[in-house]
Amino acid sequence: MEYIYHLAVLFTIYAGLAITLDLVVGYTGLLSVTHAAFYGFGAYATAILMTAHGFGFFPSLLVGMVISMVAALLIGFVLSRFKDDYYALVSFGFNIIVFSVFLNWQDVTRGPLGIPGIGKPELFGYTFSSTLQFLFLSAVLMLLVYGAARFLVSSSFGRVLKAIREDEKAISVFGYNTKTYKLVVFTLSAGMAAIAGSLFASYITFIDPSTFTLNESVFILAMIILGGLSNVRGAVIGALFLILLPEILRFVGFPTDIAAQMRQVVYGALLIGLMLYRPQGLMGEFKL
Amino acid sequence: MHTLQTKHLTKHFDTVKAITDLSISFEPGKITGVIGPNGSGKSTFINTLTGLTPITSGSIGVAEKVELTSIVSNDMPVYGITRTFQEVRLFEQMSVLDNILVVTTCRGWFKSIFEKHSAYHLAIAEKVLKRVGIWQFHNKLAVNLSYGQRKLLEIARVLAMSEIGKAQVIFFDEPYAGLFPEMVKLVSEIMKELRSEGKTVILVEHNMDLIRELSDKVIVLDSGTLLAEGNANHVLSRKDVVEAYLGE
Ligand SMILES: Nc1ncnc2c1ncn2[C@@H]1O[C@H](COP(=O)(O)OP(=O)(O)OP(=O)(O)O)[C@@H](O)[C@H]1O
Ligand SMILES: [Mg+2]
Repeated sequence: MEYIYHLAVLFTIYAGLAITLDLVVGYTGLLSVTHAAFYGFGAYATAILMTAHGFGFFPSLLVGMVISMVAALLIGFVLSRFKDDYYALVSFGFNIIVFSVFLNWQDVTRGPLGIPGIGKPELFGYTFSSTLQFLFLSAVLMLLVYGAARFLVSSSFGRVLKAIREDEKAISVFGYNTKTYKLVVFTLSAGMAAIAGSLFASYITFIDPSTFTLNESVFILAMIILGGLSNVRGAVIGALFLILLPEILRFVGFPTDIAAQMRQVVYGALLIGLMLYRPQGLMGEFKL
Repeated sequence: MHTLQTKHLTKHFDTVKAITDLSISFEPGKITGVIGPNGSGKSTFINTLTGLTPITSGSIGVAEKVELTSIVSNDMPVYGITRTFQEVRLFEQMSVLDNILVVTTCRGWFKSIFEKHSAYHLAIAEKVLKRVGIWQFHNKLAVNLSYGQRKLLEIARVLAMSEIGKAQVIFFDEPYAGLFPEMVKLVSEIMKELRSEGKTVILVEHNMDLIRELSDKVIVLDSGTLLAEGNANHVLSRKDVVEAYLGE
C-alpha cells in the first residue's frame, strides 16, 4: 500500500509539471525543453531554505516560486527572440546552464553531493510526515495547479495563447502584443512548476542536480505529447501513463537476467507504437 | 479628407523592388479598388500598411494626425486598420466561434485572464457569423471548413473588428478568389454596407467586373509603381493599363 501511495505522490508531482509545461508547449505552441530548470529552482529553494536558513516548507515554496518566475522572465525574454527549432535549442541551452549552476555553485547547492535532510511540510503544527499525509498535501497543491491551469486556458487570455500558437503574426494584426502574452504564460508556468519542485525536495528529503537535467525536461515533454497537447486533462493522463507504465512492466515475467533491459525496450516500443497509432496523443485533438 | 495616406512608400526585398515611391490616399465612405498584374506589389502594399513587413522608406499618415515611418502590427487596431489575407490565415485548430471571439475580447493581458467572453462578445460573434452565413458551423474547427467558408470567416473576423469600433480602414486582399457565385454576391453586399457605414474600404481584386461594380476609385500598380489612378471606367479603358495586364 505504501508503495501505491509513493507512486501517487510521484504522479501528483509529475502531473503538476506536465500541466504547467502544457500551458507553454501545447497551448502557446512554444517548444520549451527547459522545464526541469524551474522544477529545480523550486526544489533547491526549499532544500536550501529549509536546511540552512530555518524556513518552513510553505515560505520556502513561495520563495521558490518567485525565484523561478524571475528566472523565467529573464529566460523568456531571451527566448522571445527565437522561433520553432531555434527556440527549442536555446531552451535546451538554458536547462544545461541551470543544471551546471546546481552542479557547480557548491557553496550554496553543495554541488554533486546534493542536499540531504530536507524537512517535511508543517502547517499549524501538523506535520505531513507519512507518505499518505504527504500525498494529501501534494494532491491538494496539484489540484490547485490543475484548477489554475483550467482557469487560465478557458479565459480570454487562454484563447489568445491558442491564437498565438496557430498564427502569431495574424493575431498580432488584431492588436495583441504577442511577446507579452508569451512571456506571461512562460512565467506563470515556471512559477507553478516550482511548486512541484518544492514538493519533491520535501518528499524525498534529499536532492542533487541529477534530477534536473535536460533528460527530465524531455521526460515531461513526453508526458504531454503522449497525453495530448493543449489539453490539461491530457497532461494528467500522460503523467499517469509514464509513471505507471514502468511499474506495470515490472510485473511482466521477463527472464531475470535481462529484465531491466527488456523493460527499457518494451517501454520505448510502447511509446513509439502509441504515437504511431495516436499521433495526437491519448486525449488531444491537436498535433504539434 | 482622407483616413490613410502613404508618402513615397517604398519596400524593397534585397533586389526585388516590390513597391517604389507610392504616394496614395484613401478616403472614408469609398471603395478603392487596387489592381495590377501578379507580382505588381498589391499584397506587399497591404503588408507594409499593416505592419507585416517593415517599410524600406517613406511614411504613412493615419487619420491626418499620425505620421508613421515604422509600423508595429499590434498597433493596427489603434489606428483603426484591419485586413484579410490573400492566403487565408485563420486560427486553424480553434473553433469558428473562437476565431471571432479572440478579436473581440479585451487586449490587456492581465484583464484578459479574468475575462471569459461576455454576452456582448458572443452577440457580436453571432451577428457577424450569421451575416456571412456560417453561424451553423460555429462549433467546428476552422481547419474543417470548406475553402469558401474559410474566406467568409476571415471576412466575419474583419466585421467583428468593425463592430467593436477598431476598424475604420479595411483592406481586402482578393476576398473573392475561389468563391461560389452566391458567396460573391454576399461579399459584394458586405462591401457596399461597409462603404455606407463610412468605412475606408480597399479592395484588391483581379475580376474587372467586380472592380467596375464596386470601386469608387481605382489604383493600378505595375511593378510596384503607380501606373494609373482614377475613376474605374476611365482607368480600365486606358491603353497602358490594358497592356500592363495583357503583358503579364
Ligand atoms: N517576403 C518576400 N520576400 C521577397 N520577395 C517578396 C516577398 N513578398 C513579396 N515579394 C516579391 O514582391 C513582389 C510583389 O509581390 P506581391 O505579393 O505584393 O504581388 P501581388 O500584386 O500581390 O501579386 P498577386 O496578384 O499574385 O497576389 C513579387 O515580385 C514578389 O515575389
Ligand atoms: Mg497578392
